[in-house]
Amino acid sequence: MGDMTTTPGSSVRVLEGSETGFATTKLDALLNWAKKYSLFQYPFVTACCGMEFMAMASPRFDMARFGAEAPRFSPRQADLLWVVGTISQRQAPALRRIYEQMADPKWVLAFGTCASCGGFYDNYTTVAGIDKIIPVDVFVPGCPPRPEAVLDGLLLLQDKIARGTREPGIVKPRRDAAVLGANLVKLGKKDKAAP
Amino acid sequence: MSKRVLEILGERFGHDVLETHSQFGDDTAVVNPARWLEIATFLRDDSRCAMNMFVDITAVDYLGRQTPRFEVVMHLRSLERGHRVRLKARVGDEDGQNAEIDSVVSVWKGANWFEREAFDMFGVVFRGHPDLRRLLMYPEFVGYPLRKDYPADKIQPLVEFRNVPGKLPPFGPDEGMSFGRQTHDYRRDEPGGEAN
Amino acid sequence: MEPLDRDLEEGLLELPSEPMMLNMGPSHPAMHGTVRIVLELSGEQILKADVQIGYLHRGFEKMCERGTWSQVFPYVDRCNYVSPMLNNVGYALAVEKMLGVTVPERCQYYRVVLGELARLCDHMICSGAMCMELGAFTPFLYYARARENIWDIFEEETGARVTHSFGRVGGMASPPTKYFKDMVRAAVPRVIALIVEGEKMLLKNRIFLDRLEGVGVMSKEDALALGWTGVVLRASGVPYDVRKAHPYMVYDRMDFDVPVGTAGDNYDRFMCRQEEIRQSARIIEQALAQMPDDGPINIDDPRVVMPPKNDVYTTIEATIQHFKIVMEGLKVPAGECYSYTEAGNGELGFYLVSDGSGTPFRVRIRPPCFASTQGLEQLIKGAMIPDVVPTFGSLNMIGGECDH
Repeated sequence: MGDMTTTPGSSVRVLEGSETGFATTKLDALLNWAKKYSLFQYPFVTACCGMEFMAMASPRFDMARFGAEAPRFSPRQADLLWVVGTISQRQAPALRRIYEQMADPKWVLAFGTCASCGGFYDNYTTVAGIDKIIPVDVFVPGCPPRPEAVLDGLLLLQDKIARGTREPGIVKPRRDAAVLGANLVKLGKKDKAAP
Repeated sequence: MSKRVLEILGERFGHDVLETHSQFGDDTAVVNPARWLEIATFLRDDSRCAMNMFVDITAVDYLGRQTPRFEVVMHLRSLERGHRVRLKARVGDEDGQNAEIDSVVSVWKGANWFEREAFDMFGVVFRGHPDLRRLLMYPEFVGYPLRKDYPADKIQPLVEFRNVPGKLPPFGPDEGMSFGRQTHDYRRDEPGGEAN
Repeated sequence: MEPLDRDLEEGLLELPSEPMMLNMGPSHPAMHGTVRIVLELSGEQILKADVQIGYLHRGFEKMCERGTWSQVFPYVDRCNYVSPMLNNVGYALAVEKMLGVTVPERCQYYRVVLGELARLCDHMICSGAMCMELGAFTPFLYYARARENIWDIFEEETGARVTHSFGRVGGMASPPTKYFKDMVRAAVPRVIALIVEGEKMLLKNRIFLDRLEGVGVMSKEDALALGWTGVVLRASGVPYDVRKAHPYMVYDRMDFDVPVGTAGDNYDRFMCRQEEIRQSARIIEQALAQMPDDGPINIDDPRVVMPPKNDVYTTIEATIQHFKIVMEGLKVPAGECYSYTEAGNGELGFYLVSDGSGTPFRVRIRPPCFASTQGLEQLIKGAMIPDVVPTFGSLNMIGGECDH
């Protein structure tokens, strides 16, 4: 069942493809393969996450190797909407309009914490997460997220496209210290064992 | 050196300079709002002051601590002499009405957006401003956000928010990435595995 | 056949038309994300322009009133997010001015070096973005690659690449690491080499020069009246640099030049930035040479600076100190103060009003690019639509700072 223990003491189980959704026909699989490796992005860049977006597009973290290099600055020609940075209440109608102008099939990637949930801007002017306005496929938290995390998000999106699922996903750290338990104080362990 | 500016102001305007202080090294003069424009023009034109660099205009809301409620604060600098001054004027009632003061756009062009922002955030009206409308907030916004009686998290959305039942964050441990993902099954860590 | 050159009255040839309104909308590749310019056009020429900002207004000033003085640092970081260290330092200096404390010398050098590295990033990305918008994509990639070198240093020192929140009132969050000086000395020449490579591609390019020279001219008097500071003011011929005019920290011990332009057009602004990059590298070199290798980074005042974590868990005094600073905030004496530093775009001012408690009463940021963007309307009036792009790019409007 794909049970892998990568380091002693940790239990990381990688799920197989058959466990979560599958493409219905071979043609679908082919089309999805083509779609996922040729994403035309619309970078809706507003704030500081734009810096990491630029870093991701630049030589070191190279977004081009995943096929998602070409930005199309017209929503009609794009299929992946990157919402990068904080969306204010004033910007929300513009975002909604751009999303509506995009042609199907389209996906949305919420880049950064402000786009995912509003971040620490809990005030009169910020939209607390763009999923209040448009449906989102992948959330990449971070303030700003490291380019590697965003590439993980892109891979996750490509995975979803291949599978054909539309459920939203969130990028999680691959090696979560909380699960591995290294150097953490384990509290309440005795209580768990108590009946 | 900036204290000289305060002295010159005092000589010229006498009782209209209500108080002066130099707390933390910044020379400040609180003036009568009725003579705001005159004082600004004098500061720019007088050769001993020569305040030709416009730095900042803003407002501060002292609701409950002093009346008049708002203080319009202007910072100026002189390029030739290098001295700075801060001018303040108190306007506005308890409920925010009658917060009016002259605009200094005719003296320095740069006051344009700064005054628009003060109007947008506090509701201080600048008489004689060529184009006094909201700058940072959208025109449909009601209220003045930086006033102390405007709650910080009161939103006025322009786009209706979606109400999608089902899959929205927060995510449980078994949702999200389907590859390279650990199952957040803490009990697997301990000896005895899932028997716990 | 009829002769082609018939005598016609001039008036008959003109078609009456209304000026066209064009919206360079808030989501536009060349608008740095968040500015909307509503243009009134006659053909390709701009008659009137209405620059609308505020699409990235995040309520910085209101959020500051809801925390403590130290909790402002993450917010201030995200104002000018291309050079966040300069904002951190500016705000820390403002609060320290009100407290009446000066940080130790080692900290001042540390702040200067990190600040100048941030200024390098700011100018590089401004130039790179402007080139990219003009179609020269390669220099942008070179400069972005150069920025990675600097971000490696920041990651090593502060733990984060972009928004470090590293400044603290009375010092920095942690002392410089062992490899700090070596890393900076290794990275800066590489950065300068990439800058030079990028410039080689641009400065002899006829198209690039034609699009920048003579476009977006701002005279000296207008620039002063508009409240311009920083590179855009110096390009118009005014040699005003806060680091020279009102030296703060250890800038008076550094030997550097301030590039001043003559024509006040886009080309001058671009060249001033490039030259300032080199001057920043010079400052960094001198600061590293003069920086002491040991000594305290934070001031020794328990009311302001957090105690070391070991002590918090073992001694009661440190616990109380930690508790008071975190829960109540450090107490700043009542009053108001205006403190200014030279940030990436010009004079970044903080006007702080305190009521004596641990929560700021009013934090006002005086954004340098707010004043610069104010002048955009004047610059593009009478120009053509393609001229808007390099003009706007050369002003270096950073949305987070302009809309605060």
